[in-house]
Amino acid sequence: MAILVNKHTRLLVQGITGKAGGFHARQCMEYGTNVVAGVTPARGGEMFDDKIPVFDTVLEARRQTGCNATMIFVPAEFAADSIMEAVDAGIEVVVCITEGIPVLDMMRVRAGMKGSPSRLIGPNCPGVITPGQCKIGIMPGYIHKPGKVGVVSRSGTLTYEAVWQLSSRGHGQSTCVGIGGDPINGTSHLDVVKMFNDDPDTEAIIMIGEIGGTDEEEAAAWIGIHCNKPVAAFIAGTTAPSGRRMGHAGAIVSGGKGTAAGKIEVLQTAGIEVATTPADMADALLRRLARG
Amino acid sequence: MNIHEYQAKELLDKFGVANTPGGVASTPEEAEKVARSLATNNLVVKAQVHAGGRGKGTFTNGLRGGVHLCKTANQVRDISEQMLGQTLVTHQTGPQGRVVRKVLVSKSVEIERELYLAILIDRAISAPVIVASTEGGVDIESVAAHNPEKIVRMAVDPLLGLLPYQTRKLAKLLGIESSEMRLACKLFASLYKLFLRCDCSMVEVNPLVVTKGGEILALDAKFNFDDNALFRHSEIVGYRDIEEEDPREVEASKSNLSYIGLDGDIACLVNGAGLAMATMDIIKHHGGDPANFLDVGGGATEQQVTEAFKILISDKRVKAILVNIFGGIMKCDIIAQGIINAVKSVNLPVPLVVRLEGTNVEAGRKLLAESGLPLIAATDIADAAQKVVAAAKAT
Repeated sequence: MAILVNKHTRLLVQGITGKAGGFHARQCMEYGTNVVAGVTPARGGEMFDDKIPVFDTVLEARRQTGCNATMIFVPAEFAADSIMEAVDAGIEVVVCITEGIPVLDMMRVRAGMKGSPSRLIGPNCPGVITPGQCKIGIMPGYIHKPGKVGVVSRSGTLTYEAVWQLSSRGHGQSTCVGIGGDPINGTSHLDVVKMFNDDPDTEAIIMIGEIGGTDEEEAAAWIGIHCNKPVAAFIAGTTAPSGRRMGHAGAIVSGGKGTAAGKIEVLQTAGIEVATTPADMADALLRRLARG
Repeated sequence: MNIHEYQAKELLDKFGVANTPGGVASTPEEAEKVARSLATNNLVVKAQVHAGGRGKGTFTNGLRGGVHLCKTANQVRDISEQMLGQTLVTHQTGPQGRVVRKVLVSKSVEIERELYLAILIDRAISAPVIVASTEGGVDIESVAAHNPEKIVRMAVDPLLGLLPYQTRKLAKLLGIESSEMRLACKLFASLYKLFLRCDCSMVEVNPLVVTKGGEILALDAKFNFDDNALFRHSEIVGYRDIEEEDPREVEASKSNLSYIGLDGDIACLVNGAGLAMATMDIIKHHGGDPANFLDVGGGATEQQVTEAFKILISDKRVKAILVNIFGGIMKCDIIAQGIINAVKSVNLPVPLVVRLEGTNVEAGRKLLAESGLPLIAATDIADAAQKVVAAAKAT
């Protein structure tokens, strides 16, 4: 079953006529994702690669194609609006790849999404992939293998590192979810861990986090009490100086809070096996599995 | 992005947040002129640098303190002369200190009470929160450690905004007298408006003073702006003082690179912030010391990669470089070409370890192997870290 996306996903690409949107739409199609529509305002009526109809609005795309997920490649200035448009049209899974959306815009998006059944992943994320079935995002498909490990991460390339290690050791992935590097986003570590906990296809979980915020601690508290599946984790940024934004808008130690050391301690207390280095992520999960 | 105190005052004035009258000066004569225009015997001269701890700092020329009270315009001129063009060292500037290019001359006030007021975004609840305390004028972190009950936190609903009753509630919590309540509420509301309109990530007024005359004023204000929102705030971008920033970071930002300078001797070039942080971590784990954080991002052009390389190589402390690329959007053949071009154009002065994986990896590895360059190839991330630490030690 996996979570969020599978072979029944019908994908819309918002921003399909742009350079990044077009490139990744093609990559997703090559992977086997069922891309059914594109949206770029004022470009409605065009055909993308002679295959995919382009619409002016998400609502039109929804009505004409029954798309049930969207991948957003809209510039930061307009991306929050694109998210709300997708939510308004009832798109069930909204994956926003865009980096650089103002924090207050995302604060308003969250407030505006209260009560909505749509699930927002991201922004500033690499996307979601259920190996062998559906890829929504920018991750290299070939490193993933279908399997039983659920991966949830704030990072992009660091996630690929973990996936690469898992695949090399013969442990495939049920679904990999990139929740993104922004301080305010649509889906937290805990949201995904709960989904994995309920997913019959997922037997173990890897959580990848970093400095800033309290996402990992919140997930650890729940995992310690409720999670039925073994969890391993890695937290990046042990060597990050405090007070500086380390690339990701959400990766910052403020007023002594959000340190890697603090997170690692909370995770370990919850029985989560924490990798000592990024080279140790898959091995940490294997150690946790061996513990039983 | 940070700004100077005198620029913060401009913003406060623009939004009607009460603060003390004053003006900025770049020469002792200008400082004297500002002092005269204030028509008061109670003056204060403050060195303008992007660092805290000015009051307790020391100038390399011997002058103690970056904040001085003065009684006359002549004194203001004299003090300014001792500050301008001189280097101030505080516990936040690092031992090399900062050159003071401007001073702020303002009216000093008779303080009855010092309060603390800040507005920031609470990520856990996705809403702005006002943090306030009756213990102003001191480091809020020590208040949090020793007297946490003296800090109040008030969340603001993103859709409703800061409601007037909330400002009155806050005034009461801070012990503000009924006769001063209106002034306090106006200040809170104006500051909140500033926070939203300017896309701040944080606003901190410390101290917020209640004067003996019953005024409520922001005596010092620090702003931090959401870098993601600067595209819609050209006036704030105009406040940027490049001379207060690390020159390597300034150079990097010209090529849209995400770079943070550190103190070590192993430089890294990585794609992806999480992987870049993890690369620094694993270098440290294997006994090395990272010289920087550098994320070339997902859409990095060959030119950006070349520029990144030049910045890394320009740091004389660097003894070895690690390039760690896992290609998603970033294609390994593009990065390989960028490395090759950069190395050819700048002459490699230190060992280079390259670890590539991901999209177009075979093409990338082939380009590197056939380049004839003396680089050290690594397989996985642990191998890469071990090799670069060994290479740095051998240099």
